[in-house]
Amino acid sequence: MTPGEYIKNIVNGVKSLLTGMKLTGYYFMHPKEIITEQYPETRPVLSERFRGEVVMSHDEKNEHRCTGCTACELACPNGTIKIITKFETSPEGKKKKALDTFIYHLELCTMCNLCIVACPTDAIKMAQNFEHSVYDRNQLTKVLNKPGSKLMEGVE
Amino acid sequence: MWSLSNIAGITQTWLNATFNPTIALWSEFVIVGVLVIALFAVLGLGLVYMERKVAAHIQIRLGPNRVGPMGIFQTTADTVKLIMKEGLTPDGSDHFLFNLAPFVVMIAAMLVLAPIAFAKNFQIWDINIGVLYVSAVSSISVIGILMAGWASNNKYSLLGAMRSGAQIVSYELSVGLSIISIVVLSGSLQLSDIIASQQDGWWIFKGHIPVIIAFVIFIIAVTAETNRAPFDLAEAESELTAGFHTEYSGMKFALFFLAEYINIFIVCAIGATLFFGGWMPLHIGNWQGFNQVMDYIPSSVWFISKTLFLIFLIMWFRWTFPRLRIDQLLNLEWKYLLPISMVNLLLITVMAIMKWHF
Repeated sequence: MTPGEYIKNIVNGVKSLLTGMKLTGYYFMHPKEIITEQYPETRPVLSERFRGEVVMSHDEKNEHRCTGCTACELACPNGTIKIITKFETSPEGKKKKALDTFIYHLELCTMCNLCIVACPTDAIKMAQNFEHSVYDRNQLTKVLNKPGSKLMEGVE
Repeated sequence: MWSLSNIAGITQTWLNATFNPTIALWSEFVIVGVLVIALFAVLGLGLVYMERKVAAHIQIRLGPNRVGPMGIFQTTADTVKLIMKEGLTPDGSDHFLFNLAPFVVMIAAMLVLAPIAFAKNFQIWDINIGVLYVSAVSSISVIGILMAGWASNNKYSLLGAMRSGAQIVSYELSVGLSIISIVVLSGSLQLSDIIASQQDGWWIFKGHIPVIIAFVIFIIAVTAETNRAPFDLAEAESELTAGFHTEYSGMKFALFFLAEYINIFIVCAIGATLFFGGWMPLHIGNWQGFNQVMDYIPSSVWFISKTLFLIFLIMWFRWTFPRLRIDQLLNLEWKYLLPISMVNLLLITVMAIMKWHF
């Protein structure tokens, strides 16, 4: 190491250290920059893509879009979704497969979004709710289709 | 005027008038001991809180804010928790040394407090070799750390302790050389003389660039000596799982933790005394009016604020710089700090002989 390089090393080192201290010093002097959200007092700002839990959307006539095709059940990597189907008889006398119960195990779900991607009719989607704690594990097993709900007209 | 030295004087005359000299002396010892322990407790609580707040603000967080207003009782709650925890001694450890080590570290920190001037004429022991005493006694704490690492019977602890030993032995040199540069300028080893020599301006202003270099080296080296990041290889929680105090729990751990902060306070107090004039108010040459205004601020406030500023500087380092590797650490000392401080000492000596300083 030549003396020139030695001094250059020192100068570069001091300069880089001061650059770091300048940034942290700026943050220290500017409490406005603090990004902490005080959660129980203020609601957190969630991104649109935040995945809280799987829900099935129903419209005002209590109709959902799920045909009971089990594509989501097959897509699920860890058996979170279990779909029970039934046969409905249409007015013309034709038998047709339909959704009976959509069982969703929140305690197994990893929020991977594969079921939503797999759904051909956009029946299920991810909700923003993240406060899932309950006192009994059984409460985490949910039935997603509301009682008495029917398949929406025109969804095949 | 109710200054700290006045209160101390009144207490002393009252004790001597009421009791015979021996009892008066012993009760003074007891009072000083109680005050030192109280100072330790206050410093431990205050500095841990300060560190957490500084760290949080540097990392764009809020820090403790739940226990009491602004979270000021957080450290008290932590202390209560630590007191209630079990002080475990591992079966395979050397029980005597294991239990002795935290006290060695603590007592070493306590001893260094003796010659520090907290305010005007307010000093436990104005020893005439104060600077030498400080640099000698402050290195005792490494024995405690080595003892803790060895007695724990744990390879991580031992590694941490060995690193700490190598680190303190090497950085002691730089600390010593930068302290000596002030001794050269002031011509005395007594801390009260060093403070008195800064009557017309602090050494950091009077001593031109060489003293600033000495100060920078001092602050780097004491950061290493107190085992703080970026030189916290002895602890290195991410590689050695807290190093020499891995096996400690409860109050024994708390003593190590406390000793770390006490040591920071002490080295910053020494730094403030040597480079920033201790309790001496900010005096500029012959500006009588300005100097008198500055004298209205009590000397203890000056001392504490200077020390807190240096403590903040060291905390700022900790939350900015990443940890060094052991070879980088030793390179920094032996290839950079030591040669620079030697050349710097030579410059300062020439400066002192030729009277180039103000």
